[in-house]
Amino acid sequence: MQRIGVFICWCGSNIAATVDVEKVSEVIKQEKGVVFATNYQYMCSENGQQIIKNAIKEYNLTGIVIGSCSPRMHEATFRKAAQAAGLNPYMVEVANIREHCSWIHKDRAEATEKAIILVRTAIAKVLLNTPLAEGESPVTKRALVIGGGIAGIQTALDIAEAGFEVDIVEKNATIGGRMAQIDKTFPTLDCSACILTPKMVDCAQNEKIDILSYSEIESVQGFVGNFTVTIRKKARYVDENKCTGCKVCMQYCPSKKGLNEFNMNMNTRTAIYIPFAQAIPNVAVIDPEQCIKLKTGKCGVCKLKCSAGAINYDMKDEFIERKYGAIVVATGFKPIDLDNFNEYAYKDSKDVITSLELERLMNAAGPTNGVLLRPSDNAHPKDITFIQCVGSRDVSGCGKPYCSKICCMYTAKHAMLIREKYPDTRVHVFYIDVRTPGKNYDEFYRRAVEQYDVDYIKGMVGKVFPMANGKLLVQGSNLLDNEQIFIESDLVVLATAIEPEPSVRKIATLLATSIDTNNFLTEAHPKLRPVESPTAGIYLAGVCQGPRDIPETVSMASACAAKVIGLLVKDKLKTNPCIALTNENMCNGCSQCANVCAYGAISYIEKEFRLGGGKTEVRRVSYVNPAVCQGCGACTVTCPSGAIDLKGFSSKQIMSEVETICKK
Amino acid sequence: MDKNDFLELANTDVKKCMKCGKCSARCPSFDEMDIKPHQFVSYLAEGKIDKLLVSKSIWTCLSCLACVERCPRGVAPQSVIEAIRDTVTRKAGANGLSAEDIPPILDDDVPQQLLVAAYRKYNK
Repeated sequence: MQRIGVFICWCGSNIAATVDVEKVSEVIKQEKGVVFATNYQYMCSENGQQIIKNAIKEYNLTGIVIGSCSPRMHEATFRKAAQAAGLNPYMVEVANIREHCSWIHKDRAEATEKAIILVRTAIAKVLLNTPLAEGESPVTKRALVIGGGIAGIQTALDIAEAGFEVDIVEKNATIGGRMAQIDKTFPTLDCSACILTPKMVDCAQNEKIDILSYSEIESVQGFVGNFTVTIRKKARYVDENKCTGCKVCMQYCPSKKGLNEFNMNMNTRTAIYIPFAQAIPNVAVIDPEQCIKLKTGKCGVCKLKCSAGAINYDMKDEFIERKYGAIVVATGFKPIDLDNFNEYAYKDSKDVITSLELERLMNAAGPTNGVLLRPSDNAHPKDITFIQCVGSRDVSGCGKPYCSKICCMYTAKHAMLIREKYPDTRVHVFYIDVRTPGKNYDEFYRRAVEQYDVDYIKGMVGKVFPMANGKLLVQGSNLLDNEQIFIESDLVVLATAIEPEPSVRKIATLLATSIDTNNFLTEAHPKLRPVESPTAGIYLAGVCQGPRDIPETVSMASACAAKVIGLLVKDKLKTNPCIALTNENMCNGCSQCANVCAYGAISYIEKEFRLGGGKTEVRRVSYVNPAVCQGCGACTVTCPSGAIDLKGFSSKQIMSEVETICKK
Repeated sequence: MDKNDFLELANTDVKKCMKCGKCSARCPSFDEMDIKPHQFVSYLAEGKIDKLLVSKSIWTCLSCLACVERCPRGVAPQSVIEAIRDTVTRKAGANGLSAEDIPPILDDDVPQQLLVAAYRKYNK
């Protein structure tokens, strides 16, 4: 016979103001199986928990029901209290009389009646509860970081610092990501490469870090602590271990017309190339789309000239399988395509460029060696117009509904750098709002206006006309003066919206983690768990989760590392005991449960059963792998013979709850 | 007619406007307007209908829809201008047609539909 204790929480006035807690505990005392019922101001407090512990001992309780807030809030607290008093933690049920009752009702009588029903329902369930024990699974003490930009680099360095091995998988030929392309960083204007490349070198030299460049994730299996990942190492046609990075091959390669992606396609590169001077690994790669040898079979100059013998035209994609305990996604961003924004003449004029293109034009290692020249005729631009919010905050369907967050600051940076370097230049900025929250951020923007005399115009550009004289006529509104204005410009810079790197969609599918309508990965909790994905063991760093700048990305990366280290230091992980279990005598071997299982936890085994009279038969029955099952319950509702049940949430328990709710 | 009538008539969500001014940035009739396209949106949102009803802009708007095409927020400034213009047009013919006026102009060639439409429009 079960002996149930019921504890009704006031939650200060959160529950008690709408629910007559005294009445609830009085009525519930009469319920069958209930031997003790009480109420208290804060059940989750030290005193409240003591009341529970004392009652469990004094009344020899076999199960307890707490009428309080959502179990998402304090179920763990109450389970711990019960365990401390010697009760199995899975003999605790929480009736949610706050979110499901007091917060959504106004009428006290109604809310009290509903609270009584909810508590009764929990009692009906706990009467059928059985003690459960948590399982254990081992932890592979190695982390995977997907993406080798500043987010991935910082995460890997921090994880390695704690002594764990970590692999960086980067799809490009070098790590460094977008930050390597940027010229200067706000708000301090220090050189991006100068602060990034030492970190890249640290990664390369750290014996705990393995950089798998020019590689992509092919498949992911397993669960937190025990992921098995297949990585495709794309054929580079250059042996990473032999290449010395001497660049002789690049001098002789006859195929020189490939677009240089690192310079935003604003100049060309050879078919065999090293993306930039400080690339890590400092190893060449051959672009198979461009290489004459790979396309026609004739050439082979690079192989002839390579003194290290590193060139191998027969190289094939290679697949590596590795095990990891945790995975960090740090896939970064790209500027959006401007196909929907013909009004800015981006496709019609070389002198309309994106901000990332301007970064390369300003960079000493860029296509113009850092001299700001306009792309069409290499002349020094005198009038430069910046347009902000190009494709951001756009709900018309052409762009992105969100604010890209970084554009206000980098536009102020560009404007200031140009005015500093070329004081004879006139710089205009069209803005809708200037958004500069952050330490020393607004001061930075005000410096552009006050010290550098940048012409900020409140308004938007309607059209950019390429003119016969080679200039660009920018037509826009000046809302503060209620005027329409025309500015003849030599260069127009578009603060283009950013979006998550498109390959993140595939990665999210492989990791079984959720993604929002803008392709940003979803965090477990927007405020309290911002770097964890809802899928256990998967963490998010940088722009894959939402627009952010470098300081925020680095903070997030270190936060991810802390979470990963917290996981990897554990030798074993406790597993949720509320998982599916097959009743083999009822299973008809139809495979429907295996088909719906999103985690691949269900397989089929051939098993011998005794039929009586010394006879046996071999039947095919479903088997749930307890380490992989996440307890979602999809199999239990699919099984046509009712053979599969979720421990702690059996069909019998749920039906009993429904019956209690329906009973008058 | 009040603000809500005009909101219904214009059939566009003026609250979506983020005041970027892109509608006015490209308007080919901008210089000919006393009240600018973006102001039509904000005046309606603020309920300043009286000012809009006497605006000269409703006669200079070309209905080219550049403002609608360009708006990043899916607002249609031209629809607001049109709602005002339609209202003013109808008001101009206020009481221009009374029930007694109809029998004398009735003949077999006048479509019934036309009379119904005219009565509806001009008898306010």
